[in-house]
Amino acid sequence: MPLTIVVTAKQVLDPETPPSALQIDPSRKRMVGPANVPPVVNGFDENAVEAALRIKDALGASNVKITVLSAGKSFVLDVIKKPLAMGADELVLVQDDACENLDAFQTARVLAAAIKSMGTVDLVLCGRQASDWDQAQVPLAIAEFLGLPCVHITRKVEVKDGTVVVERVVPDGAEVIQVPLPAVITVSNELGQPRYPTLRGIMASTRKQPIIRKLADLGLNPADLKPKVELLDLYIPVRQKKCEFISGDNDEEKGRNLARRLREAKLI
Amino acid sequence: MPGVLVFAELADGGLASISKELFSAGRPLAQALGEPLCTFIPAEKGGEVAKEAGALGADRVYVAEHPLLREPHPDYHLIALERAVQQVRPSVVLLGKTPLGINVGPRLAFRLGVGVAQDVVALKIEGDALIAERPVYGGNAMARVALREKPFVATVRPKAFEPLDPTPGRTAPVQAIPVAIEPAAVKVKVLERKKVEATGIRLEDARVVVGGGRGLGGPEPFQQLEELARLLGGAVGASRAVCDAGWLPYQYQIGLTGKTITADLYIAVAISGASQHMAGVSTVKNIVAINKDADAPIFQEARFGVVGDWKKVLPAFTDEVRKLLQQ
Ligand SMILES: Cc1cc2nc3c(=O)[nH]c(=O)nc-3n(C[C@H](O)[C@H](O)[C@H](O)COP(=O)(O)OP(=O)(O)OC[C@H]3O[C@@H](n4cnc5c(N)ncnc54)[C@H](O)[C@@H]3O)c2cc1C
Ligand SMILES: Nc1ncnc2c1ncn2[C@@H]1O[C@H](COP(=O)(O)O)[C@@H](O)[C@H]1O
Repeated sequence: MPLTIVVTAKQVLDPETPPSALQIDPSRKRMVGPANVPPVVNGFDENAVEAALRIKDALGASNVKITVLSAGKSFVLDVIKKPLAMGADELVLVQDDACENLDAFQTARVLAAAIKSMGTVDLVLCGRQASDWDQAQVPLAIAEFLGLPCVHITRKVEVKDGTVVVERVVPDGAEVIQVPLPAVITVSNELGQPRYPTLRGIMASTRKQPIIRKLADLGLNPADLKPKVELLDLYIPVRQKKCEFISGDNDEEKGRNLARRLREAKLI
Repeated sequence: MPGVLVFAELADGGLASISKELFSAGRPLAQALGEPLCTFIPAEKGGEVAKEAGALGADRVYVAEHPLLREPHPDYHLIALERAVQQVRPSVVLLGKTPLGINVGPRLAFRLGVGVAQDVVALKIEGDALIAERPVYGGNAMARVALREKPFVATVRPKAFEPLDPTPGRTAPVQAIPVAIEPAAVKVKVLERKKVEATGIRLEDARVVVGGGRGLGGPEPFQQLEELARLLGGAVGASRAVCDAGWLPYQYQIGLTGKTITADLYIAVAISGASQHMAGVSTVKNIVAINKDADAPIFQEARFGVVGDWKKVLPAFTDEVRKLLQQ
């Protein structure tokens, strides 16, 4: 039996979208970018895919199976297939209209149900947070619902003798932690750059079709997925533009004038 | 009776700054609910800290003492907090958005079958609900959310609330909460702690911070930033782009997923000012930006700005600062 890894991945608004191009869709209470800017796979989820691929590299391709799992209302296939192009084996999409407005609690219920339906899963890797709602909760909830141990925000993940050894990022360094499998681990960008898809990977991924699941297939009823955290309002805060620009004939003079101005303002 | 329960964390033998901030966040909620402001102190030894909590405004202090609570192990603290919540049955549980709080808060909530408002910057009770404001989309937008099932659990962003001053002589009754922790039942085992050597002033505490961004082009220019920081008695910080590039270790990262600074003066050099970066400097009143791009978002939040090439601006600025300080 190969080691089975599930990586959760969310399709999100591209966080590199310039703020001036962001707008709120009041009817859906969400942020939208320009129509021509495609969404992306959440950055930390690419880190989680990378972590899974490193385990696969270490243990041998035939000894590890990586399933990428995502829940949402609709997907841009070219985007959500990127983990396949990077080297993951299979993609499961829980695609359902009711998946649009789930909070962290209910998203985790959906993902936990999907993971359960897969049979034996040894390791669940997630991103540390999704760059749209910045909740950093879904993986912890998956762990609670599946009754699994969880280590949140790691920079290194290795599988050894039925356990996972991770480095958890803490403000003054890292903790080396060992947990028996199965476990839920969240991955942060400190892991390092996710690999770029190779041409071969891209070709292989175009041939793979995602496995689509509905909530009903997972034994879930949309009416039971009422959010625990109710979104009342979403707005863009107003920023006062009040910057005092320092002038000068050239950059050096501006630099000197800045020092004088800060002195005048008693800031230095 | 229930109450608003503040999950306290310790730092340098006293209450951590975030925990003091939680008292100011919790007080108005307790008033609105007509319930006491309580705190739960999980620690190896909690005696002195319990007194400090009383002076800071806690009406009741609960202490769980256990040798395993010495290190900030989330699983051990979760066991302790669950125990406290069973006993106190609070209406609200407040934690800091700290490495411990973001683990323990959500997991407690999910165990109890309720939601959690994460990383909040404002809180109020309205009718039967807790209403919280939280930055989302990397700080590009704000969400107002409601929790309707008790206990309301929230993690609070550091520096979002001003800590209250202690009232000398104010005391609160202290009650011990016995917790049993069975280490064998906890699967998450810490094998080793890799600490990075800290030198100089801590970034979080520095009054002046000089931050560098991707526009510096490499690690070498940070020596110039160090020099300026030394002159001003401050610390150096960086954007995530700098840390991702390996120019500086991640301990220098300021922002949403890095450190929150509290400086009076932040000098940002060649940093664009992405909302995720600015999330770490939101309480800094005096932001100075040096950037060659007049349209860089950083200028929208800066008090003083120089549009120019840092290679020319910074050395001249530093020299002038040195002169002014010598006068
Ligand atoms: C979920 C999430 C979390 C994140 N968390 C953080 C975080 O905690 N902290 C953080 O910092 N970022 C974070 N980011 C990344 C953030 O979105 C930005 O990508 C990052 O802050 C950009 O860093 P920068 O300003 O150094 O680089 P850039 O955006 O590339 O800006 C470089 C700037 O340098 C200027 N410049 C270039 N050359 C010169 C010159 N010669 N003289 C003067 N100016 C020059 C340019 O005009 C430009 O404005 C996060 C992103 C996501 C999606
Ligand atoms: N709809 C989703 N589909 C798949 N994974 C998700 C989804 N929402 C959240 N996740 C995972 O949970 C992590 C944390 O998300 P969040 O708690 O929303 O910040 C993300 O990085 C993803 O790995």
